[in-house]
Amino acid sequence: MTRDVILEARDVRKLYGDFCALDGVSLAVGAGEFVSIIGPNGAGKSTLINVLTGVLRPTAGTVRFKERDVAGIGPVALTRLGLARSFQLVQIFPDLTVLETLLAPVISRLGRGTSFFRSLAGDREIQDGALEIAELFGLADKRHVPARQLPQGDKKLLDVASAFALRPEIILLDEPTSGVSTAEKSAIMEILVTASQRMGLRAIIQVEHDMDIVFGYSDRIVALHQGKVLADATPAAIRADARVVDMVIGRTHHIPSPPKGERAG
Amino acid sequence: MRGRVILGLALLALLALPLVLSPYRLLLMLPFMAYGVILLGLNLLFAYTGLVSFGHALFVGIGAYTGAFLGAHAGIRSIEVVVLVAAILGAVVAALVGLLCVRYVKIYFGMLTLAFGMVFYTFVLKFYRITGGDEGMPVPRPLLLGLNLDAMPKTDYLVGPYYYYCLGVLIIAAAVMWRIVHSPFGLCLRTIRDNPAKAEALGVGVTRYRWYAFVISGVFAAVGGALLGPPIGNVDPTLAYWTHSGNLVFMALLGGFAHFFGPVLGAFVFIFLQDTVMSVVPYWRLVFGAILAVIVIFAPGGLMGFFARPRPS
Repeated sequence: MTRDVILEARDVRKLYGDFCALDGVSLAVGAGEFVSIIGPNGAGKSTLINVLTGVLRPTAGTVRFKERDVAGIGPVALTRLGLARSFQLVQIFPDLTVLETLLAPVISRLGRGTSFFRSLAGDREIQDGALEIAELFGLADKRHVPARQLPQGDKKLLDVASAFALRPEIILLDEPTSGVSTAEKSAIMEILVTASQRMGLRAIIQVEHDMDIVFGYSDRIVALHQGKVLADATPAAIRADARVVDMVIGRTHHIPSPPKGERAG
Repeated sequence: MRGRVILGLALLALLALPLVLSPYRLLLMLPFMAYGVILLGLNLLFAYTGLVSFGHALFVGIGAYTGAFLGAHAGIRSIEVVVLVAAILGAVVAALVGLLCVRYVKIYFGMLTLAFGMVFYTFVLKFYRITGGDEGMPVPRPLLLGLNLDAMPKTDYLVGPYYYYCLGVLIIAAAVMWRIVHSPFGLCLRTIRDNPAKAEALGVGVTRYRWYAFVISGVFAAVGGALLGPPIGNVDPTLAYWTHSGNLVFMALLGGFAHFFGPVLGAFVFIFLQDTVMSVVPYWRLVFGAILAVIVIFAPGGLMGFFARPRPS
């Protein structure tokens, strides 16, 4: 398959002292793809996300984003290049309102963070940009609510929405639905997918434990196990791969094909 | 709306005070206005960036000694020049000190600022030939807008022209700081205060923005320091001592750092309360220590916490 590769990790190794968290991981994400990374706890998913988002510098190997080496360049520089992320444990600004939270990424995107004397309230471009995202994510009615007062599902949504407000080309979502009720999970995913289509995102990478969501939305699934890529294939092929089912998804888990299933541990 | 009315009334009161207040109390208003400028700067770090500096007396000292130095060594008494040079020196020193300090947060940031403050204190104390040591240096009466007012009796000069000059500087400083905290930059600082990791993921350069805030804060403190010298007529190293830094933090807590004008109110109450308490008992620190404990435990919002919603916006 020929495709336009946007983000590529090649032979990435990451050591923490003697412990090898990532052992020669390669991964390429192309335009239009929705890729899910799965694996048991300790498989290296979080480390991989942190390497891909420039937070951690890999011990060996390369990370290229739009054909630039971005290994360890840090999150701020990566957002400028067009890569955004959300967090596994919901990250909000407790004392900022929903709208204020969404203003920050718009300010970054427009490069106006050092406008020391410009009126923020009077900057239509920034205000409209934030309001547009709030509407897209169904948060417009709550725009003046301080983030800490939001219900858990809305906090998660706000975390993701603020990453979208950077208008990235590619977004990495670290468990976008963790910690929210089953009922809210699919609602969040629907909003997220709709928003990414409307905003013209080129690719989404997510780490996810919920197999309903993984199999329901992914174009491709990457299974990690003990720091190695165990499989990298379409949902159909993963479903048929006995090794992955055994080591990553778990035999007790009924693999959704397509409908309902339980949460994998 | 209510806030604007109160602000307008406060402004009118400040303008009218020289007509009604005794010279003694008017003389107390002068340090209040100087501290007001200093506290506006301190609070950019404290409330908006989430960094508590225990070394801001360093910048106050730089500002105050600037007036003394320019007078003694260059014969320059123009307050505009003194304020400008103080601002520049404050910016330069804050830029250098800040490079190191803003890499740390919480207690480590506080201790580092304290350490730099003590270095400066020791410098002015020990380099007797340059700074006059613990005796300090005299500060000449400044020219205001180029006007030489030496013919006026000292108190008339201070409670008249100098009072209004300080008030003007305080108003300008408050207006500038108001703009800064309501700018895109101000919002970025608040994201850093609330959650630095998230701020960084949204493209806010956390260390760089903290450094900008530190430099701006240093400039305000130095400008306020420059206004502090002339009423006393003499500057000495206690201005740069760490207990003075502690007083600044106390003022912010007393007035309520969560409100834009809280620390300015805190400066006002601190000065007049200190004067009152000192006239009754000699142990003002004992009384103030008790007040500080009561504020922290029972009224973390400070005095403003009783009137306004806590909302540093």
